[in-house]
Amino acid sequence: MRILVIEDDRETRDYLVKGLAESGHSVDEAADGKDGLFLALENDYDVLVVDRMLPALDGLSVVQTLRSSQKTTPVLILSALGDVDDRVTGLQAGGDDYLVKPFAFSELLARLEALTRRREAGAGPETSLKVADLELDLLSRAVRRAGRIIRLQPREFSLLEYLMRHVDQVVTRTMLLEGVWNYHFDPQTNVIDVHVSRLRSKIDRGFDRPLLHTVRGAGYKMSAEAS
Amino acid sequence: MRIARLLRSSTFRLAVLYMALFGASVAVLMTFIYWSTAGYMALQTDDTIEAEVTGLADRYRLSGLDGLIRSIDERLSRKPNGDVVYLLTDGDFNPLIGNLDRWPRMATDGDGWLNFELEQTIDGAAVTHRARARPFVLRGGYRLLVGRDMHELDATRTLIVRAIAWGLAITVMMGLAGGIMLSRSTMRRLEAINETSRRIMGGDLSRRIPTRSTDDDFDQLADNLNNMLDTIEHLMEDVRRVTDNVAHDLRTPLSRLRNRLEELKSDASVDKHTVEAALADADGLLATFNALLRIASIESGRRRAAFESISLDDVIRDVTELYEPLAEEKEQHLEVEICGPVSVRGDRDLLFQAFANLLDNAIKYTPRGGDVRVVLEEDASGARLRIIDSGPGIPPRSREQVFKRFFRLEESRHTPGNGLGLSLVDAVARIHKARIELDGEPGLDVSMAVPKAP
Repeated sequence: MRILVIEDDRETRDYLVKGLAESGHSVDEAADGKDGLFLALENDYDVLVVDRMLPALDGLSVVQTLRSSQKTTPVLILSALGDVDDRVTGLQAGGDDYLVKPFAFSELLARLEALTRRREAGAGPETSLKVADLELDLLSRAVRRAGRIIRLQPREFSLLEYLMRHVDQVVTRTMLLEGVWNYHFDPQTNVIDVHVSRLRSKIDRGFDRPLLHTVRGAGYKMSAEAS
Repeated sequence: MRIARLLRSSTFRLAVLYMALFGASVAVLMTFIYWSTAGYMALQTDDTIEAEVTGLADRYRLSGLDGLIRSIDERLSRKPNGDVVYLLTDGDFNPLIGNLDRWPRMATDGDGWLNFELEQTIDGAAVTHRARARPFVLRGGYRLLVGRDMHELDATRTLIVRAIAWGLAITVMMGLAGGIMLSRSTMRRLEAINETSRRIMGGDLSRRIPTRSTDDDFDQLADNLNNMLDTIEHLMEDVRRVTDNVAHDLRTPLSRLRNRLEELKSDASVDKHTVEAALADADGLLATFNALLRIASIESGRRRAAFESISLDDVIRDVTELYEPLAEEKEQHLEVEICGPVSVRGDRDLLFQAFANLLDNAIKYTPRGGDVRVVLEEDASGARLRIIDSGPGIPPRSREQVFKRFFRLEESRHTPGNGLGLSLVDAVARIHKARIELDGEPGLDVSMAVPKAP
């Protein structure tokens, strides 16, 4: 992926650039809003990481200007904690996702990958999702693995749908809470893990190849390949 | 409501008190005026009668009965319908002359005066007037009565009394109206201060009390309060800056530490378990840190601006649905009773977080196989969520403290947690103006009463 990081704090920027480069992405960087906006308009990036508080031009204005110039590059907005309600304004300004500092690098990476994938999937409503021999029919809301019908609760269905839409990507617990439960909150316990392990017991138990993998320290991944 | 407030206002009470005192002095003054005018007039009438009696007695002495009769006749004819009263009788009370047909059957008072009812026919209508007369016994047994019809004096008196009554009533009314006007203007200015205080308590620290720049005592009070608010805001800004700086300064090293630990995992020479334990510690630190910042951000009250009407029953259904597998894992019996759709004004995510923390605690501390009940009730004042568990409960002496940051019960030190869950619940409850109560023995009954949307 080609990523542009617009962040004024040098240490954070270096950390992001280094981490993203190590994960195999090509990264450009900008230290203020003006330079960032210029780079974003000139080049075709897959995704932008924009800090909210920037010198010269703040992060939200960068996103707004981008959107008004018909640039649809997905944007992940970074913000310091303490501005919790900024999430809404950030998304309203045209941001696609919002991450509050401090964050785990794996969380950022997972979200960036989800953002680019969302873009690729793009046009045309899907009627079914398929990972290996696991099939999910969005219309009849039926789930089959190797032709065998698997009965799921409504929430388990949504959870599976979310995981299958992000196939081969790491999905974090917070992403699941936001995407499946539609709440922005901080679970104190492993409550998401319990839901995932329930789902896993239904779709993976009795089959020789597990599809739902745990990624230590990050989250989960739906994949046909063994992790 | 507004009238009740007006009645309670101290300015109004002061005005009423002042009016009562003023009214009382006016009443004293009026009484004095009445007493001096009406009394003086009565005294003058008595003097006139007294003089006439003396005059007539002299006449009798000089010109005998005939002269007296002539004199009386003359006086009567001079004023046929006047207010004079004359009667001359012989010793057996047989009238000789006068405008009274008989001697009044009335005893004299101690001073030798007769007060009696005078019946007259004026324009064909019978009227009774009060009369006052002086009886006098002449030599030869003749009795003379000289008096005055008092109705004019009485009318004047009534006029004075009426004027005094009206004067008093107007004084009271004007005093009351003035009191209301004074209190209203004072109340308006006080209300401006109260309203500002409420908004500031509601989180809008940038508010200031409006002044009229007249530099009166209210403006001085407002200026002082505003200066105090500036200081508070300044201090809070300082605290927030410090917190933000701490956040900023800790964020980077913590994230870097976590990152390095992550890198270490791929190093074959180190013990994987140790690294993972260290990673878990770093995550714990980050979580605690996040929770602290989150509480601070909630307490700043800034999120109140984004309050909207939310369906509390849906939030509770979602919370219980999320935690149900956790209870199931512990073989607990999780029961949910929702009275029906309940709508409140609030922040959906924060309420979800608060309920989740409470339910999480209930499930965590209730032993395997226990009961957890989630109840949503609604009454006129608002909604009430109760989470009742059969766990060990919280001893009454610790109930106040559990909402404090980092407080943990001795008994639960070995269970995972950072002692911030209930502080967060408390912060959420406070910005929703909700009341939390801890009850239950045995077990725990936590209730959170959220006031109804206005």
